[in-house]
Amino acid sequence: MDLHFGDSKPTDEERAAVDALLGPPESAWEGAGDRSDADLRWARGGRAARERRDELLPGLHALNDRVGWVSEGGLDYLCRRLMVPPAEGYGVATFYSMFAVRPRPATVVRVCTDLACGGGAELCGEVRARLGPAAGVAVEESPCLGLCERAPAALVVRAGVPARPAFEDELGGAGDQRQPRPPRQSGFSGRGGVGEKTYVTATLAPAAPDTLTQAALTPESAPAEPPAALAVPQAGQDGLVLLKRLGTVDPTSLDDYRAHGGYTALRTAFAIGPAAVIREVTDSGLVGRGGAAFPTGRKWQATASQPDHPHYLVCNADESEPGTFKDRVIMEGDPYALIEAMTIAGYATGAHLGYLYLRGEYPRALQRLEHAIAQARARGFLGDDVLGQGYAFDIEIRRGAGAYICGEETALFNSIEGYRGEPRSKPPFPVEKGLFGKPTAENNVETLVNVLPILTMGAPAYAAIGTEKSTGPKLFCVSGSVERPGIYELPFGATLRELLTLSGMPDNLRAVLLGGAAGGFVRPDELDIPLTFEGTREAGTTLGSGVVLALDDTVPLPRVLLRIAEFFRDESCGQCVPCRVGTVRQEEALHRIVERTGAEAAGDIALLREVGRTMRDASICGLGQTAWNAVESAIDRLGAYK
Amino acid sequence: MTAVPLGIPRRLVEFTLDGQNAGVPEGSTLLDACRAAGKDVPTLCEGDTLTPKNACRVCVVEVEGARTLAPACSRKAEPGMTVLTDTERTRHSRKVVLELLASSVDMSTTPKVAGWLKEYDAKPDRFGPDAARLNEEPKVDNDLYVRDYDKCILCYKCVDACGDQWQNTFAISVTGRGFDARIAVEHDGPLTDSACVYCGNCIEVCPTGALSFKSEFDMRAAGTWDEDKQTATTTVCAYCGVGCNLTLHVQDNDIVKVTSPHDNPVTHGNLCIKGRFGYQHVQNRD
Ligand SMILES: Cc1cc2nc3c(=O)[nH]c(=O)nc-3n(C[C@H](O)[C@H](O)[C@H](O)COP(=O)(O)O)c2cc1C
Ligand code: SF4
Ligand code: SF4
Ligand code: SF4
Ligand code: FES
Repeated sequence: MDLHFGDSKPTDEERAAVDALLGPPESAWEGAGDRSDADLRWARGGRAARERRDELLPGLHALNDRVGWVSEGGLDYLCRRLMVPPAEGYGVATFYSMFAVRPRPATVVRVCTDLACGGGAELCGEVRARLGPAAGVAVEESPCLGLCERAPAALVVRAGVPARPAFEDELGGAGDQRQPRPPRQSGFSGRGGVGEKTYVTATLAPAAPDTLTQAALTPESAPAEPPAALAVPQAGQDGLVLLKRLGTVDPTSLDDYRAHGGYTALRTAFAIGPAAVIREVTDSGLVGRGGAAFPTGRKWQATASQPDHPHYLVCNADESEPGTFKDRVIMEGDPYALIEAMTIAGYATGAHLGYLYLRGEYPRALQRLEHAIAQARARGFLGDDVLGQGYAFDIEIRRGAGAYICGEETALFNSIEGYRGEPRSKPPFPVEKGLFGKPTAENNVETLVNVLPILTMGAPAYAAIGTEKSTGPKLFCVSGSVERPGIYELPFGATLRELLTLSGMPDNLRAVLLGGAAGGFVRPDELDIPLTFEGTREAGTTLGSGVVLALDDTVPLPRVLLRIAEFFRDESCGQCVPCRVGTVRQEEALHRIVERTGAEAAGDIALLREVGRTMRDASICGLGQTAWNAVESAIDRLGAYK
Repeated sequence: MTAVPLGIPRRLVEFTLDGQNAGVPEGSTLLDACRAAGKDVPTLCEGDTLTPKNACRVCVVEVEGARTLAPACSRKAEPGMTVLTDTERTRHSRKVVLELLASSVDMSTTPKVAGWLKEYDAKPDRFGPDAARLNEEPKVDNDLYVRDYDKCILCYKCVDACGDQWQNTFAISVTGRGFDARIAVEHDGPLTDSACVYCGNCIEVCPTGALSFKSEFDMRAAGTWDEDKQTATTTVCAYCGVGCNLTLHVQDNDIVKVTSPHDNPVTHGNLCIKGRFGYQHVQNRD
């Protein structure tokens, strides 16, 4: 490969940001300022650098975090370091909504305008007006930020010098030992330099014009977020299985986690061996909680039995489905549980490295997990010899950068590998050829966390919870027009009515969106639907990832439908025609009929059906295949546009 | 019946294709099987020299037991499969996909599309006059070839040809996403600032004419491009010892473009800048 690089140069800041991630360049081939004697004789940076391509996404984050956008010089330097063709680097950078390739202010405010945060667009306008152009703040509309229980939500990110995580002191420097941070370049003043701003994020939910404007100007002074457990109205109640530690355990303390029963499941796993772990998971009847409801035991068995090595484990913590926030609450409130569960999953499937793909909009979850992983590593719960059992396992966090499609399992692999987050066509399936082309088990956060009670209570006891075909407890993300939005844990089989009663159902309920934007609407007279995979299927709808968005009759339905269509149009990766163009045509038709009903809308509804059927039948991946579900159900079940 | 030349003996996969027994060598796609059986399945993003991206979805067929339709160009035949290629369901998807494409891009120079639009009764106009279109201006930034992305269906063929499937130059990539996705060079600049080496292999594979010789582009603009008046002569490139095959397209005694036979086992339709664009000297008549 003979790469061509332009002559744009990185600024000192950009170079420092990339070098902090990758270490200083060793030769002029990869961008070192001075040519060494060796450079004349050998071309370093070829194959070896190319094998680091998966650092492209972290590298883009490094640039974006430091200066707020990805410049030509910065991108070229990063590409040179990794031997990635600049055209491809540019293709990747422009794929993600959190990166910009045109100059923008260091502070970016993202205001959620999605389903639960209805009024976000007005908030956006108000804050933009108050700040004015002189403030040097970009205010952008954003899809769901996963804070739906505290709607309306906003996220403020100010680019700057990385602040050292507080836990590095706590761990006495024993943090990330596998990737020692290289010493900073001289000539760069780094953290604490006079007048230099640090990288800060602030999450505001609920966000009001005053507080948000203030936070945009000085994000470091933004009010602290409420504890994660506040998103769990049942916190502290007896009988909870998945949420039992929420609100009682200190999410920053490994010892406290252990004092609350942590790491007993891993010990059980080591005692019974990988094959028996898979058997327990299979017997428990656990199916995936990420939306597709695939049997977890089967996935693990299929991965474990592949002759090709290495095997990988991937935790899908992308959670970008509008209305979903359960994974965030677990990661923020009980992060060690996920780490323990990933260790067990890795052990069972024969993986020694687990990737935790975390959506880019979750700063607190990132911080908590980084801390928990560092601490687990320092204490021998991760590393070369986990718990002295001779099993090596470690976890690497990968931050997404704003792309719902990266939650699709194969798109997620491409994203980690440093390619555009476009889904691959299947077969081959991930258990055979997944991450880096190797056998991979990919599971949702909630799925993994279920493995802990399976091992501690045993498969039969676990399988006794719920129904025959949907076993165990299930988390539901309740938002919208209810009194107590939040995460609820109920055994499978509880009805929608029971769940809504728990969360304070409004008297004037108009509809419930089940399963998120890719799910479907049900009517107030359908609340006795049992919340199980088979029950919702029988009722012609879906449980998806457990979204329950209640809409009362003050919510304008056509606007909700338009927002859903807009979401899919924005999030389509653009790879296949039915989805790339179909989502646009769907949104256009909904715009045309937003104020119309009956015969006037009939033509466009017929058109929508034809396009929708094709998207469902012919799209490459689940995004295009489900993009028409919610709108169709609103037409058929709610009589929208009648 | 074999769909691909038998090299090393391969096992035969037997399955049912439109109710008939079919047997293809292991590894063949459903499209290979269809072609061997003389069935006409439309394709756009599939190319004879490339691994298809299966992005266009006009070749979809029905595989019994599958929730969704399958792209014939990429789906491998499996023993015992039951495949239907011409059902109401496949025809519906092909029709709507063709409508979606033709409503958003200019397909006037895409071979065969006019026939398919007719065959599937596709009416691209029915999305209304305000339907979003690409509406891109042609990018004319060098003397050799023009990028007219208003005609681009995003089939990924040029990216694959420029990248790891042939040329290994990686000058172009897909950028942006969704309806805003485009083919572009780094930083969206002109081709002349990019890594492009003007081999023209991307033009060779482009199915729509979105990438074309400047000569063709200019003649089309002037209304003088006339394929009926052209002859194609295959000869050997005289520039170097590799000896690639060139097909010279001649109109009114002038070479108007150069392609290369795809079935050549050495070059598979690929050339370098000299073979592809260095034909002016032949025409120097003074
Ligand atoms: C467009 C799209 C987005 C998805 N997003 C997520 C996600 O954010 N989190 C998740 O766990 N699964 C998501 N999925 C489902 C995953 O592809 C995959 O099925 C899941 O992670 C498997 O884990 P499980 O078996 O534990 O459910 C998504 C699927 C599609 C098609
Ligand atoms: S369905 Fe949509 S998101 Fe999925 S591959 Fe096709 S264009 Fe991309
Ligand atoms: S002419 Fe050759 S190098 Fe240039 S973009 Fe096309 S394939 Fe790539
Ligand atoms: S320019 Fe041509 S080859 Fe490239 S993606 Fe577009 S249509 Fe395909
Ligand atoms: S945070 Fe706004 S809808 Fe989820």
